[in-house]
Amino acid sequence: MIASSLQSYFVISSALFALGIFGLLLRRNLIAMLIALELVLNSASLNFVAINKFCLPDKSLGQVFVIFIIALAAAEVCIGLSLILWLYRKKETINIEEAKELKG
Amino acid sequence: MTVADIVFCAIAAMTLVGAFLAVWLKNVFYNALGLILSLFGVAALFIFLDAEFLAVVEVIIYIGAISIAILFAIMLSRPWATQHTHREPAKLSRALISAALLFAGLLGLVRRTAWPQVSSGDLSIQAIGKSLLGTYALPFEAVSIVLLVAIIGALVISSAKESS
Repeated sequence: MIASSLQSYFVISSALFALGIFGLLLRRNLIAMLIALELVLNSASLNFVAINKFCLPDKSLGQVFVIFIIALAAAEVCIGLSLILWLYRKKETINIEEAKELKG
Repeated sequence: MTVADIVFCAIAAMTLVGAFLAVWLKNVFYNALGLILSLFGVAALFIFLDAEFLAVVEVIIYIGAISIAILFAIMLSRPWATQHTHREPAKLSRALISAALLFAGLLGLVRRTAWPQVSSGDLSIQAIGKSLLGTYALPFEAVSIVLLVAIIGALVISSAKESS
């Protein structure tokens, strides 16, 4: 009953999304913020797959979209980590408060 | 409660506990391990939703590639990554209130909306392959170009010479 209702998946993905936003606002370590962002992306994928199973007539659409999300997340992590390592080599820190050259 | 419900609740608890560990603990290494636990839970939920292919892709790409890349970055930026910073109560309460409001709003939306239920349809891998290389061939190619550009960009950034 619980496992086959759409709402329970939505509750889980809402909780994942809120936890990810909580981490993004709380942490100042860039890698920890990247990890929180992954949680947000995963909650979106979970939503897509749940709606795909229960609501869509074309059952491959949601899964194709999730494949795109995963590919874009891989690209984002690849660029993000190389930027973080570049910042670390430049400033010896990965705290986002220290990266303030462009602050007015 | 059936067996499926009990397993579902256990997996949901695992996902949320992993997500909580991934954002709460101060050591970034433990954060990455919590993320891996949470991603395993999401992959299991994909199996519950009849998306076996996506569950396998989730394990291979998210856990096998992305999490390991994050762990590599944590190792390369030691000891600063595991530095324990003091957590201000004002910032903590702000983050907690925003996240709680967001969660309450999303729950209200989920409860209020009437979701149309369609049960028939082809969930197989063959259908995914057909739409990926048929209907959605153009977005597929665009994503592959994005990945190529990301690889080149990461190489350029990580091999950039120090200007000073």
